[in-house]
Amino acid sequence: MTDPKTYKFNTKTLHSGHQPDKNFGSRAVPIYQTTSYLFQDADHAAALFNLEEGGHIYSRISNPTISVLEERVAALEGGSAALATASGMSAMMLALLNICSAGDHIVSSSQLYGGSFNLLRLTLKRFGIETTFVKPRDTEGFKKAIQPNTKCIWGELIGNPGIEIMDLPEISKIAKDAGIPLMVDGTFNTPYLCNLFELGADIITHSLTKWMAGHGTSMGGIIVEKGDFDWTKGDKFPTMTEPYDGYHGLSFAEEFGPAAFTMRARAEGMRDFGPCMSPTNAFNILIGIETLSVRMEKHLSNTKIMVDYLSNNPSVSWVNHPSLPDHPDHKVAAKLMPKGAGSMIAFGIKGGKEAGHAFINSLKLTSHLANVGDAKSLVIHPASATHSQMDKKSLELAGLTEDMIRFSVGLEDMDDIINDFENGFRASQKPRLVASK
Amino acid sequence: MKLKVNGKEAYYTSSGREIDKNQPSIVFVHGSGLSHVTWVLQTRYFAFHGYNTIAVDLPGHGDSEGPPLKTIEEMADWVADLLTALGIEKASYVGHSQGCLVGLEFAQRHPEKLDLLALINGSMSMKMNTELLDLALNKDQKAVDLMMDWVHGPLGHKGGHPVPGLSHLGMGGQLVSSNNDGTLGADFNACDKYTNGETAAKNIKHPTLCIVGKHDKMTPKKVGLELASNIEGSKTVVLEESGHMSILETASETKNILKNFFKENSRAS
Repeated sequence: MTDPKTYKFNTKTLHSGHQPDKNFGSRAVPIYQTTSYLFQDADHAAALFNLEEGGHIYSRISNPTISVLEERVAALEGGSAALATASGMSAMMLALLNICSAGDHIVSSSQLYGGSFNLLRLTLKRFGIETTFVKPRDTEGFKKAIQPNTKCIWGELIGNPGIEIMDLPEISKIAKDAGIPLMVDGTFNTPYLCNLFELGADIITHSLTKWMAGHGTSMGGIIVEKGDFDWTKGDKFPTMTEPYDGYHGLSFAEEFGPAAFTMRARAEGMRDFGPCMSPTNAFNILIGIETLSVRMEKHLSNTKIMVDYLSNNPSVSWVNHPSLPDHPDHKVAAKLMPKGAGSMIAFGIKGGKEAGHAFINSLKLTSHLANVGDAKSLVIHPASATHSQMDKKSLELAGLTEDMIRFSVGLEDMDDIINDFENGFRASQKPRLVASK
Repeated sequence: MKLKVNGKEAYYTSSGREIDKNQPSIVFVHGSGLSHVTWVLQTRYFAFHGYNTIAVDLPGHGDSEGPPLKTIEEMADWVADLLTALGIEKASYVGHSQGCLVGLEFAQRHPEKLDLLALINGSMSMKMNTELLDLALNKDQKAVDLMMDWVHGPLGHKGGHPVPGLSHLGMGGQLVSSNNDGTLGADFNACDKYTNGETAAKNIKHPTLCIVGKHDKMTPKKVGLELASNIEGSKTVVLEESGHMSILETASETKNILKNFFKENSRAS
């Protein structure tokens, strides 16, 4: 039987979205560091502004370098369209505001990156958009939290930083029954570990800053649309279905079908909010994506080494990674991400907060900073950094404890990282040994 | 927009514009398993430049009520009935792929309703690959995957969509998947069985444009040119970079060719 000869994953990481330019044949994607683009004539300008034809007007709305990135990620995810943004947070904001208005409601997993949690908990609330948080393992809880004005379910497959796994296929059924989209931040899994659309997501966002770019050089985010969500069912999504005065009565669902969400987010969201990516960042992220598969393989094999090391370390009170048989989500993680459940490890250090500080302060090779998914190994103490704006109740809801160290496993030789950790653990246990004398 | 055609709900888009009886009308008819969405990079231009545009969803496609029609002849009659239901006496017709077969038959059966004819990635017959036909009749997703492979040329496969951020294969795949409930199979079957193309082409007396894709694997350049050679006085344009999806892969060029054709021939000029 004949098989389709469409490009496979690794080929897409290198080629999708890019035609070498006709003027110079540049093999790499050129950086179009320009704000604007010459119109051929007045009619051409009018046609572009009225979405009568495709093309670039102004780099806040779209840019040729960024478009390559958008098509590449859309191809990797199997989506109909994508929109790159300045950061993962702006991707989340645009995705939500694309369908939510004052008076609307969101149901979200409680295990989110701290910034995402606060956007939902505090910032969107100021604009009249309420969120009900549900613990990611409480599948039934998502169903119960849905209200008539709920516009979407939001979550992260691999929760940050507690590394709880959402059972997306089950939660997707709940979203489908309610006629609302399931939006998933796929930063921690990347399209390499699993295809979120196949698991039931309707919209994916990424912080491209992390594993996708992979080198800690460039900020970026993206929204990817699967393309089969029926916005026209009922009257729940007027921004998708009703004529929009901002474009001469355009109905995005009617005109753009599988790309309606992306087109609205670009036409309105980028025009009016403007969180655009820089072309140079798009170039850097594209270079990162070229090696996504080889990097992720190494991230996973190094993660296995470090999970084993930490699990047998006397200074560690607990280790949290879905590959461990005693992880509550071990089975669902293995089912949803058979290649591995990512390269984030959380662990508890004996001696609590004070020991945690001592550990981090003693590291010489592993970087202490607020990022994940770098080629370099990174650590942070979430309770005093990424999630420090949360009160005690919110920390508990997010599954955080004061002894938790979040570890993003890099690509170094793990022997060197283990040596670094040994120094850290020695320092972390020092105060307790002194105190016990 | 929805209206009743032969007692069933039919959907078309006019790009949000009211039908103006004083303007010339163009009906756009999509290919197998597709819908009105494929035309967005042509229809919006004409809708805002003095034409009524009616981009239809054939029965069973997109938002039109099913079941899908079984023959090309039935589809041609349905287009005529839709125009009647809209109160449009005469319209130009733009078809893509299967829509070209429907266009040939529309010209044959309803010449009085036709103004100008444009056939994009067309042929006089479309004998289907039996494997693809069987897969589509069985509603197998592989039919969509194979179709996405075969309908796209090098531009579509690698990317570089005219609309920033859109994926040719992703968007096309979703459009066809949404109609892979038997509708795609019915379309392929109708194409496979259609035999009147050559006769219909030879009888056409209306100004006709044929657009052909150099990299088209579904209706190869050779058969596209053969179609054109059978239509007296037709104008032919070969798009050097296009596969079978000229309306998206080379959307602007296709729109400009159509624009010039209508300008040269239609009442709007």
